[in-house]
Formats: sequence, structure tokens, C-alpha cells
Amino acid sequence: MKVLTANTLADGIAVWYANSDWSLSINDAQVVADAAGESRLTTIGAMSYANNEVVDVNLIDVVLKDGKPHPIRLRERIRADGPTIEYRSPSAA
Amino acid sequence: MYRYDEFDQSFVNARVAEFKDQVERRLKGELTEEQFRPLRLMNGVYLQLHAYMLRVAIPYGTLSSKQMRRLAHIARVYDRGYGHFTTRQNIQYNWPALKDMPAVLAELAEVEMHALQTSGNCIRNVTADHFAGVAADEVADPRPASEILRQWSSIHPEFSYLPRKFKIAVTGAPHDRAAIQVHDIGLHLVKNDKGELGFVVYVGGGQGRTPMVAKKIRDFLPEEDLLAYSTAILRVYNLEGRRDNKYKARIKILVHEMGTEELRQAVEAEFDALKDSELKLPEQDIRAIESYFAMPALPERAEGHGRLAVDRKADAVFAAWVSQNTIAHRNPDYRAVTISLKPIGGIPGDASAEQMDLIADIAEHYSADELRVSHEQNIILPHVALADLKVIYDLLVPASLATANSNLISDIIACPGLDYCALANARSIPVAQKISERFSDLARQRDIGELKLKISGCINACGHHHVGHIGILGVEKKGEELYQITLGGSADENTTIGDIIGRGFGPDEITDAIETVVETYLAHRLTASENFLTAYRRLGQAPFKEALYGTVEKAA
Repeated sequence: MKVLTANTLADGIAVWYANSDWSLSINDAQVVADAAGESRLTTIGAMSYANNEVVDVNLIDVVLKDGKPHPIRLRERIRADGPTIEYRSPSAA
Repeated sequence: MYRYDEFDQSFVNARVAEFKDQVERRLKGELTEEQFRPLRLMNGVYLQLHAYMLRVAIPYGTLSSKQMRRLAHIARVYDRGYGHFTTRQNIQYNWPALKDMPAVLAELAEVEMHALQTSGNCIRNVTADHFAGVAADEVADPRPASEILRQWSSIHPEFSYLPRKFKIAVTGAPHDRAAIQVHDIGLHLVKNDKGELGFVVYVGGGQGRTPMVAKKIRDFLPEEDLLAYSTAILRVYNLEGRRDNKYKARIKILVHEMGTEELRQAVEAEFDALKDSELKLPEQDIRAIESYFAMPALPERAEGHGRLAVDRKADAVFAAWVSQNTIAHRNPDYRAVTISLKPIGGIPGDASAEQMDLIADIAEHYSADELRVSHEQNIILPHVALADLKVIYDLLVPASLATANSNLISDIIACPGLDYCALANARSIPVAQKISERFSDLARQRDIGELKLKISGCINACGHHHVGHIGILGVEKKGEELYQITLGGSADENTTIGDIIGRGFGPDEITDAIETVVETYLAHRLTASENFLTAYRRLGQAPFKEALYGTVEKAA
């Protein structure tokens, strides 16, 4: 199973392709499970890239966990969930 | 500190205007990503996992309070309230939007800063000893040479499309704190028998997937020949360096394949043709640049000697901080202070906007308005009167900036790793945090003594793991993070590349493994003054392998 991911051109934030648009959450991502679905997402990604909406477009492998797409690679899980650390210094509060 | 002249300022302003136009055209779709990518990289803008990343150059790590305040402002307004100081003495912002980038660069230009040549196959930001101009052991200040190199290498037309990136580091002290032997060119300022200044020249050092210690190709280069000789090296590299394979394109591979002697001869031949050209530095120009880096007028503060003695006696934690995080200054009434960006369990090198503002305020009032970023990802207050140390300490403590761990095991260098970096294979920061927490007891750290632990999340080695006394390299194996340990690396005047000690450890095993290495050292050291590196060099790998793997066979 795969989902389509990219970063938005203007602000670089990671996004996933939902049913008709890019979403900030992988939970919304449209999951495809066959070659036809992959081909369709690839086309959508290429068009969005050509339209200068997104950059770094990739199809990534996922499994379903509790009905939600869960990336197989740690890299993609971190892209989806954000840094695994509390990244602002505690003293900054 | 160096101040931009009219040329510097107009050139930086022109580049800001040019990039503003390029960003606008990209956002309108007039430039494709393929066209735009090299342009954004020339301006320090990368695309990482979660967002764009902007790398801002801090020339030879030197900053004024005003500049630090501006870095804080940028963190607050255009990012998520923090920045990451790097092993290249730069700062990186992890979340800026492309559409804001022209405004950020304009804000930087107002305080004589930019992000040029922080990426791409060009001469990168020149780095130097963070105690430049201050350290008691210094022969000469490396910053004038660094500044001359900065001016020469900025948009150098001949060297803007090198086979690969090119890094120059300069030190002016016998104890190398700038890691010059793991740079493409390493320059060591010395005086000859006649008392004249010059450089010992090293070439072809580097880390990454093929770590190499630089080779010495000149015992003494007169300072007036700095640019002629550097040009000669770059010319040989630009002509002969490989462009067919990016992994073999650094000058270290050229030195390795050509041989040091042949390369030296090629450089000397180029140098012969250049040394009487316009590249020869006029004496008055060198002295003019030097005057920018004159020691600030530091008032006599002899009262500090008595005051400090009283303060140390009254507060043992403060006393430990003074011992660990300050070093002798050329002026005996002063010391240089290392502000640790490595609180226990913290993120190495990260500073919040509030911390940056506080550091700027302290520098303005108590350190002649000057700051340094060290390649070990800490901030230096170069000129602090002994009498002011307690005041500063009391200001740093509530901001989590007074951890007394300089050069101890929790003073860890770590790259951003897989938490941010598109190139990384494994996380670095959580590993650093767990090790820091495991050794949170500062008394234990002091007992262990000097120990440089360095972590990289991939073989590109931004976290300098090859030259850590203990190095940790994160790799991906079968979809999981795995951490390899190297021992015995060093980046000082006796630079060595660490030895891979055996098979790697999982994320849940690596902290225990590091503790095993440390306990093995403690059990084997001759005296408490034999530090880890010295003990390792004496003992070799065997006791550490035995402790980690039981038998040598299991280490395979």
C-alpha cells in the first residue's frame, strides 16, 4: 500500500495527498493498494509539481494501523509525526 | 570585529535583491524547481524532511550582540522560536517558509550577515579557533587571515563551480581547537626563526564516507602569500579533482590518488607563477584587516581576583563551572567563558530566541560586545572580567545555559540527524539526550575527565563522529536504526580517525554500550589524569572489544 507525499512549494511543510487536495496530516491520505492506484497518484503528484504547488513528490510504502496509514520507513514516520524530540528548549517558555 | 565596507554591503544587498526576484519568480511558476534548486542552494536554502532549512554563515564564528539579537529575532518571527548552532560555526533555522526567505535575508544584510556559500560546490564559510585573539597559548590571531580568505573566496568567479564543496579552517595556537586537519585546507599560524608570521599548510583532510587526515605540504608560508598559495591549491583541485563521482570529488581523494608529493609539486608550480602577482598581500592591507581584530580596550579589573576567590569559596557549583567552562585570557583580569548549549538531556547546539537574546545582552554588558560560536556547538563570551563571572553565571543558570560540562562527556556534538535531515539514516539527538541523562551527575563526568563524544546520523559525518574520542555513527539496517561505535578519534594537533570497534547497537542498547566503554576506561586508566584518549591509545581496542562483546569473535 502506498500514499503520495510532498512538501509545499511556498512554505516547505510536509503534506500528503487526500482525496482531492493536499493535507497536513497523513491520517487524511488516500491509500492505494494496486498499480492502477499508484499510477493515478503518480500522475496527480506530477501535475501538482508541474503546477508549482509542491516539491519533492514521492509515493511511500505504508501499512494500515487502526485504519490509518502508517509509513513503513522511520524516515517517513518522522516526516508524518514531526521531530521525535521536544525541540524548543524548556527554558524558552 | 570586522565591519563591512561599502563593497561588502553593496554586494550582499545586491544578492538579497537578486534572490528576492528569484523567489518571486519561482512562486509565480516562472522558474521550475530544476532551475530554482541550484539558486536557492547558493543562498543557503535547503529542503529537509519537514520544511525548508536556512543555513546562515557566521564568519569564523564571530558575532556581535546586535547580530545575535537579530538571529533571535529571525527565530522568533520567521521560525519556531529557536535555531541550531552547527559544527561549521553557523546557525540553521529548521522551519522558515520559502516565501519569507527574502525578508530573512534582508534582515540579515542589515546586520552584515548573509547565507551565501553555506551550500554548493564552492568555498564555504571559513572556520577558526573560537578562542581566537583571546587564548593565552595563541601565537597569532587567526581571524585576520580568515577574513582575508572570506573576502577572497566570496563569489570567487573561478571557484564557484568546484568539483565539490571546499572548507578552510585556521588556527593560531599550538593546541588546535579548529580541527584544521580534517578540512580541505588547514592553516596553522606560526612564527619562523626571524619572528615573521606564516602558515603551516595542510591539505586534503576531511570526514564523510572516506575520512582522511590532512597532509602537510608546507612548513612555512609567508602571510603575504596566503592568497597566492590558496589559489594555487584551488587551481590544482579545480583542474584535477574528479567530477565523475561526487563521492570521490573532494580534494582529499585527489591528494590520495595523486600522492602528497606530486600534489605538493603541482601546487608549488602554480604558486611560482602566482606569488608575484596581484595576489601577493600588501603589508598595509594585512595590518588594516588586523586592526579590525585588535583586542578591545578592556579596563583594568584587578579587583576580580579577590572577588572570584570569595565567590568560588561560597558556591561550589559556581566554582566547578568556573573550572570547567572558563579558560585563561591574555589579560589576566579576564577569562573566556564557554556557554554550554548542552544542558543535561537537551538538544546539542539548539538555542531558543530568548536564550539568544539573553546571551546578546550579557555579551553587550560583560564581554566587549563580542560572541563566538564554537565548532563544538557552544557559545563563547571571549572577554569576561573575573569580577563579573558570578554575575554572568547567575544570569545563565535560570536560562539553562550554565551546565558546567565543557569538554566532558555530556558536551556532545550531534548533527540534526533523522529528526530533521533529509540525508540522515538514523536519529542523533535522542541518542545524545539519553547519553547526557545517563551521565547527568557532573561529579561523575568530572571524574571521567575530558571526553569528546560526537554523533552523526549518517556517513556524511556532520557530527564529526570520526574524530570523537568516542564516535557514534547512526546507520539504517533492515529498516531499523543501528549505531556503530568508533574509538580513539581526535581533531586536535594529533588528529586521528577513530577505529570502528565492532558491530553496531540498537537505539535501546547504545547508551549501555557507551557506559560500558567509559567504565572500561575507568577500570584501566593508570591515574585519574590519564584521559580517555591517552588511555585508549595506550590500551588499544582489545579491552573495549572484550567489554562490549565478550569475545573478539562476537564483534564481527
